[in-house]
Order: sequence, then C-alpha cells, then structure tokens
Amino acid sequence: MTLPRTPSQTVGPYYAIGLTRGPQNELAPRSAPGAVQLIGQLLDGAGTPIADGMIELWDAPGGRWGRSGTDSDGRFSFSVVKPDAPAGGAPHFDVFVFARGLLRHQLTRIYFDDEAEANSRDPVLASLGEADRETLVAVQENGAMRFDIRMQGDRATVFFAH
Amino acid sequence: MADADESPIVLPDDPSFGPEVQVDYPGYRSTRWRAPKRPLVTLPEEQHDLRGPVFGPEEVAELDHDLTRQHEGEPLGERIVVTGRVVDEDARPIRNTLVEIWQANAGGRYRHVVDQHPAPLDPNFSGAGRCLTDDDGRYRFVTIKPGSYPWGNHENAWRPMHIHFSVFGHEFTRRLVTQMYFPGDPLFEFDPIFHSVRDPKSRELLIARFDLETTQPEWALGYQWDIVLGRGGSGTTPMENQT
Repeated sequence: MTLPRTPSQTVGPYYAIGLTRGPQNELAPRSAPGAVQLIGQLLDGAGTPIADGMIELWDAPGGRWGRSGTDSDGRFSFSVVKPDAPAGGAPHFDVFVFARGLLRHQLTRIYFDDEAEANSRDPVLASLGEADRETLVAVQENGAMRFDIRMQGDRATVFFAH
Repeated sequence: MADADESPIVLPDDPSFGPEVQVDYPGYRSTRWRAPKRPLVTLPEEQHDLRGPVFGPEEVAELDHDLTRQHEGEPLGERIVVTGRVVDEDARPIRNTLVEIWQANAGGRYRHVVDQHPAPLDPNFSGAGRCLTDDDGRYRFVTIKPGSYPWGNHENAWRPMHIHFSVFGHEFTRRLVTQMYFPGDPLFEFDPIFHSVRDPKSRELLIARFDLETTQPEWALGYQWDIVLGRGGSGTTPMENQT
C-alpha cells in the first residue's frame, strides 16, 4: 500500500526563527578559488519586493547546499562557485523558493550567462522560448552574478513541476 | 498583504484534488501576488537529479530538540512531547534526515520582529528546534503547546495552534515544509491555510494524534505525528496548470 504524502503548508512569515538562525549562504567560502557573489531580488506580481521569502540553492554535482532569507528589499545573496556541468546539460543551481503566500515551495534553476555554448546545448533551456530562457540565466554585474526571481507577470521566472 | 479588494473567505472541500494544495487560494490573500500564474514546466526525467543535501550530526547541538531547555528558566505553557516517524510512501524509514521546527510561544507570539501581536514574549522561549531522525526514521521534540494568534487575513482571523516543520529527506524532490496541528482545534473550520489542502482526508494528515503512551506521567502530554515524504514528480495538481 502506498501511503499518501503529507501535504505542504506555507512557510509563513516567521520562518527565520527556525530556518535562518545562522548564516547558511556560503556554498563556498568567499576566499575559495572561483568564488563569486550570487545576488538577486525576489519580487511579487506587483513588482513589490518579497521581504519574507527564503531561497535554497543546491549544487547537485558538487554536493553544495545553502539558503538565504530575503531582506526588507527582497534581496538574497550567496557565496558560490559555479557548479560543474551535469551530464548532457549546462551548469546550473537547483533553486527552491519559499515565502508566505506560497502554499508549496517553487522550483526553478539558475544558469549562467558566460556559459552560452553549454546553455545552447542544454535540453531544458532548449525547450523554452527565448523570453522564458532569459528568466533562468544569471547575468554578470559588477563582478557578481545577479539573478532576480519574479513570481508573476510578463517576465515571470519559469518554475518547474516537482 | 497590500491587496486592496477583499476576497470572500470560502473554504470549499474538494476531495478530487487529492493530497496536494491549491496554488492560488483566494481565501489566503497572500497567495494572490505570489503564487505563479503560469503552468509549471515539466523537467525531462533524465534532467531530474534526485540527490539532495546531506546533514550530519554536526548540524545539531545537544539541546536543539528540547525547546524547554534552551534558556535559564523554563518557558511558560503546557509541556509536550512531539514525536513521529519520517517515512517514504512505502513506509520505509528515512534515516538521519534533518527536521527543523519553529513555533509561537504559549501566548501565541513569535519571537520575530514582524510579529506585533500584543501577547507577551517569553524570555525563556525561542521557539526553534532541530534534530536528525534515528534509524527508525523517528524524530522527537520537547516543547510547549503553541498558542493561537490573530493574523489579519480577514476579519477576526485566528490561526489554529500549529508547529511549523521543515524536512529534507535524502532526495531533493522530497523536500517538505508544512505545519502540524493539534486534534480538536475549534479554529480548523475557519482557517484558509489549513483549508488550502482541499481534500478533508488529506487535511487530517496534518493533525497530530494525542497519545497516552507518549505522555510522560507528571511531566508532559505526548503527541504522535508521522510525516510521509512523497517522491518528486507527483507534486503537480490540476490547479497548478490553471490560472
């Protein structure tokens, strides 16, 4: 007999008490070779920053994981090294988005704009239209990588079933 | 939060939706600008790397599982033991996986800057715990029963008593964040978050069971609550593909 899965409920506005008590946003030390800051902003459908969101980042090939709450301006930040490319795909992070108002967490991916060649061969990116593809690619900005997440709207980030 | 127009509070039961939640739930106003409106994209099977983060004993300190012993004195409230097994859909234990909880104090107040509910903070209660499951998939926390609190979603809106749970499992796609409720809470029927799970049978999976065996004489009431981490890929519902 297969047991029914326990349903999801929203993380709510007070997750920081339990989930971000200490900094967990260094997937790689800032001093590590190739370490770079990955920054971004979490925005709702009205363009308003989501100040009570949480982002979890997972580098499956490297076994590196981290999470960051969002600040009053909806901003999150991580210290990362770019993941290795998985078999048959381009380097990326798997990303979970949690927030008050999300009844279940959402799954997206962060690819990188300096991997144009690998990105062009990635089957997930290739399955999307250009505008959607762009929502999944972090861009270089002042020595950091920037990746904004838009929950809704014309430039809404692509989210995956999971 | 900034929604100008009021949504009517409707709490429809609909068993046809199975255990999953409705993504955009009008009764819970915060979903309106946050829940994705477009269909979720299905990843090709071979692109679904199932591995997930692994957490070791170094993540957990000795008193992390006992929320009543993290300060000088004891917190106010009804002392409880909350325990259960984390299992997969075949009832196999999920061992050594990280379980994190957070909750309001006995007065219904969170130790969080945003929570301005005029109930007292308890200097002896932080409201956070974590532990790893044992070889049987079992977790165990000692805490106090959280209070209900108003939350402003609609007129006279109060949350049923609950403890927030975060569980990883060993596969990325089994990740679960949810809330555990207490049996017999009179606020269930008024709570849009509880009702965002539309199937009444599925909602019952969120309610712990009072257990006299777990109850420790002269010391603490016991509750049992098992958590089933489903395999990824079955997480979409018809509602997730509608606007």
